[in-house]
Amino acid sequence: MVNRIVVGAHYGLKDWIAQRATAVIMAVYSILMALVLLMVQPGDFHTWRGIFAHGFVKFITFLFLVSLFYHAWIGMRDLWMDYIKPTGLRLTLHVLTILALVGYTGWAASILWRL
Amino acid sequence: MTKRTVQFSIYRYDPDKDERPYMQDISVELEPTDRKLLDALTKLKAKDDTISYRRSCREGVCGSDAMNINGKNGLACLTDIDSLKQPIVLRPLPGLPVIRDLIVDMTQFFKQYHSIKPYLINNDPPPERERLQSPEDREELNGLYECILCACCSTSCPSFWWNPDKFVGPAGLLAAYRFIADTRDQATNERLDNLDDPYRLFRCHTIMNCVDVCPKGLNPTKAIGKIKEMMVKRYV
Repeated sequence: MVNRIVVGAHYGLKDWIAQRATAVIMAVYSILMALVLLMVQPGDFHTWRGIFAHGFVKFITFLFLVSLFYHAWIGMRDLWMDYIKPTGLRLTLHVLTILALVGYTGWAASILWRL
Repeated sequence: MTKRTVQFSIYRYDPDKDERPYMQDISVELEPTDRKLLDALTKLKAKDDTISYRRSCREGVCGSDAMNINGKNGLACLTDIDSLKQPIVLRPLPGLPVIRDLIVDMTQFFKQYHSIKPYLINNDPPPERERLQSPEDREELNGLYECILCACCSTSCPSFWWNPDKFVGPAGLLAAYRFIADTRDQATNERLDNLDDPYRLFRCHTIMNCVDVCPKGLNPTKAIGKIKEMMVKRYV
């Protein structure tokens, strides 16, 4: 392969929007959770568990975690793009990052619905 | 104002003679009429004619004498010498290859500028006199057309340091928006397609170093935001 600089992948806009949308979701969740914790002031495990026993809390917590993982994917991809130049190594790191984040998503779900 | 002596520490590198760059301490006596950094550089050049830098118009129009002044990019001809802390540390613009002393190789910078097609694209036959615009449409070009391509902004941008071959950089993107915003231009879609790329446009993380250093007081970050806004409008 000739060594020429190639750009023009025609993606980026969706990720840029997603990064902002997930940031908003995380910010709203953080404020909501802070308010809940201030009101409930959980002192023991049972009160903690009580908060997460609600289906809605499970739902928004899962939404928050998915947003966090997607946000992290875009951030990590940007890091690999900046610092890892060999294409093969970068692709491997991309795949490993995706696998880890998908794993975390499953793990997060199993923890949340176990509570 | 009286005569005064000003201390400098200047980046020196002559690839034909020096193994590696070094900082030279030098001082110069200035006349009361010497007000700008470029005046002092002229005096320094008279004292040591091996000191190399670019200059031309000496009034902030040509953009030749951009350099890193006490850690911040700026034009020597627009910088008040008395506003600077001494010793005044002068270095070449960061991130570009040094040709000699304060002179950098701007090839990469101009390559990115050319990549956005910095000219009006309009396939209609040219009218008798000129292509007209409403005053409101013309208003949008203010703050865009004034760029003098001094490269202060792009060379203060970390995204441009890491990917100068792929990221267009603030100067190029400001120019890109200048033509995207122009109602007389007919290539808006192609221009947006050309920038829809994780490197070319989306390496900008809005840290606004470009706005901080622009000697003409322009705002590339705002222009970049408007390009993204137009892409969103086209997409949703």
